[in-house]
Amino acid sequence: MLLSEATSANGFFGLVPWMVFAPVIGLLINAFLGRRLGEVGVGLVACLASGAAFVFSVLQAVSLAQHPEGAIVKLGEWIHIGQLSLDWAFRVDTLSVTMMLVVSGVGTLIHIYAIGYMREDVRFKNDPARFPRFFVFLNLFIAAMMILVSADNYLMLFVGWEGVGLCSFLLIGFWYDMDTLGRPSWANSNAAKKAFITNRVGDFGFLIAGFLMFWYLGSFQFDAVFAGAPGLVELHPEIILLITVFMLIGVAGKSAQIPLYVWLPDAMAGPTPVSALIHAATMVTAGVYLIARSAPIFGLLHDSQYIVATVGAVTALFAATIAVGQYDIKKVLAYSTISQLGFMVAAVGMGAYVAGMFHLVTHAFFKALLFLSAGSVILGLERGHHHAAHPHRHGSHAENHHKDAEHVEAFDPGDMRNMGGLRERMPVTFWVYMVGTLALAGIFPFAGFWSKDEILLDASLHFPHVYWLLTAAAFLTAFYMGRQVWMVFFGKARHEAAEHADESPLVITIPLIILAALSALGGFINLPFKGFHQFGHWLEHTLGAIEFPPFDFGVAGVSTALALGAIALSWFLYQRKPLEHGQPDPLAKPLGLAFVGMENKWFMDEAYQFMFVQPYRALAGFLAWKVDWDFWHEWFHDSVLAKGFIGLARVLADPIDLGIIDRVSYWLSDALRASAESLRKLQNGFVRSYALSVVLGVVAILGYLLLK
Amino acid sequence: MVPVSYYLVLSAILFSLGALGVLIRRNSLVIFMSIELMLNAANLAFVAFTRVHETFSGQIFVFLVMAVAAAEVAVGLALVVAIYRSRQSVDIDQMSSLKG
Repeated sequence: MLLSEATSANGFFGLVPWMVFAPVIGLLINAFLGRRLGEVGVGLVACLASGAAFVFSVLQAVSLAQHPEGAIVKLGEWIHIGQLSLDWAFRVDTLSVTMMLVVSGVGTLIHIYAIGYMREDVRFKNDPARFPRFFVFLNLFIAAMMILVSADNYLMLFVGWEGVGLCSFLLIGFWYDMDTLGRPSWANSNAAKKAFITNRVGDFGFLIAGFLMFWYLGSFQFDAVFAGAPGLVELHPEIILLITVFMLIGVAGKSAQIPLYVWLPDAMAGPTPVSALIHAATMVTAGVYLIARSAPIFGLLHDSQYIVATVGAVTALFAATIAVGQYDIKKVLAYSTISQLGFMVAAVGMGAYVAGMFHLVTHAFFKALLFLSAGSVILGLERGHHHAAHPHRHGSHAENHHKDAEHVEAFDPGDMRNMGGLRERMPVTFWVYMVGTLALAGIFPFAGFWSKDEILLDASLHFPHVYWLLTAAAFLTAFYMGRQVWMVFFGKARHEAAEHADESPLVITIPLIILAALSALGGFINLPFKGFHQFGHWLEHTLGAIEFPPFDFGVAGVSTALALGAIALSWFLYQRKPLEHGQPDPLAKPLGLAFVGMENKWFMDEAYQFMFVQPYRALAGFLAWKVDWDFWHEWFHDSVLAKGFIGLARVLADPIDLGIIDRVSYWLSDALRASAESLRKLQNGFVRSYALSVVLGVVAILGYLLLK
Repeated sequence: MVPVSYYLVLSAILFSLGALGVLIRRNSLVIFMSIELMLNAANLAFVAFTRVHETFSGQIFVFLVMAVAAAEVAVGLALVVAIYRSRQSVDIDQMSSLKG
């Protein structure tokens, strides 16, 4: 692992463990010395650690360019028991390096953004001591995600999988005891618990798949499993189907597919950098990575592919319908993320691994951009609210805000109905948001157009029903993003906070601009024309030969036309007559009950509450109060055990102890006294009787001697 | 000749009578006399055995026994006289101060 021996051998592959070590060192420094380093120091350490991980990832990519077959770098032995043999081994190949670059690259940009964002946030909530903790958790997340994407066996991948789940819990519940305005509330901890528990259900599926793999194939290591799978599908195709279905359950938990997506919208309770990093760009893509990595298994049965692709496509459309009816700026983006993840899962489910991974990369760029820009908008509204309330106040607005928290009316800075007209007041944010929106909607030549189009093309060729579902979802995607842009940036301000909003500082806008550039130009890494497909060829080294279908102008034309039509429809509804303050959504009347459903996320949370949470709570209450307290403690302990014990003690004490045992000892003493009394009679003082005893003794001895 | 066994039987009878007297009689002087009887019974047995074994050891021993008996009687009677002086009686049943 030393620099010298790593570079002299094939490339920089030996340095790959440092990708994990760098963030770990960063988080340890921040955890122990965070208070002394101050805010700038903590942020610097965290960004350098994440940046170091990015540098090491780049070195891996450079080495891969020269040695495309990759390498497996073994760090140490882990478990070797019987048939089970696992190592801490890092797998450097084109697929994992792609993920490494995305995670560390976008992660570092978000670290930089988070410095500025969290400075304002901790002052707004009046708890500056919590600042270092945020960066400790962020670095922990980078470390865990690096383990996940570079693992060489399913169990090490699961270590990273669980680690990112933990970090998601820690970061969503960062403000665990207060709400967005700093008042005491448990809402954030509930959201964090919901995320962790829902993920756990998915993890259960992952583990069952892992156990099946070990039982039938004897190993967790990727190469061993992929080598043995074709043989297994001949003997037991149902086992392969079960493995893929259970892995899909794990993916549904981590990558927010139906039916386990419900945690992601609630996770927006966490700070915006968390939403951008974990719930848009990186953690939620772990499921897509898992399926792409397990391509040799998923590709064996048509049924597996059908199930995965259909789940992804249905999720894409379902989430897109909900996004249309949301008013919170981050919730729209959250459901959009679920929808786009559905695209990715559908793509890798169909076997279009390049398309899926391509969309993963471009989505990381533009979704992180959109989330961070939404954070910038929210910050702008908070500043505007402060300026409007206190026009003559100097100094940082956030520092004085906590004093006003008591008499601030419940103002939600994320509600789009309070926004409007921010185009003039926050120009940089507006332009980057436009880039992100066009990329997400799939407009030529932005990144989303190329990646989404490739998925639609593959779907149209192999799985027609998926194509129709995804196309409908794409139409709705463009529609709700257009709706969002008109509501937030155009028209006139519907609240005094929006009237007084201003642009965010550089530490926030510079990462936005970088991400906007990536969203605009990112599509060119995989142009779908003959002679290009660079990204595809890059991934071929890992996934095997891939046939690239020729670019279809029909599919591209239909999707572009639909996107433009959706944006035009949204303009017609939302911008032709700009929305007034208090005006209901223009879709409410035409769609009627359907809009009520969309607004209320089709009552899925309520349904889950009714189907699972309430019966579980009832069961827990029953077990706690009826079984544990009433039966166990009150009846069993008190009546049976305690009373029984006392009764037994009484039985033992009176009849047995007093009656029998005492009698025995009295008898002993009486017998002793009786024998002593009788022996005393020998001492009668008469010499005669003593003499008699002597004589008798002599007679006895003589008799014995004579008769012997 | 008279067989030796007759002397021995006589000696046994005398010894028994003497033992019985020690055990039964209450008067200390009678007890002393009984003790003397036992000693003389033993003397008789010794002499009878010299007749059998043709040596003089037994007869010599009789002299020693008589000497011892005499000494014992002297001491014993002195004790009896001392006891009579303090208790005015020689009834051994009345000497039961060791009774416990």
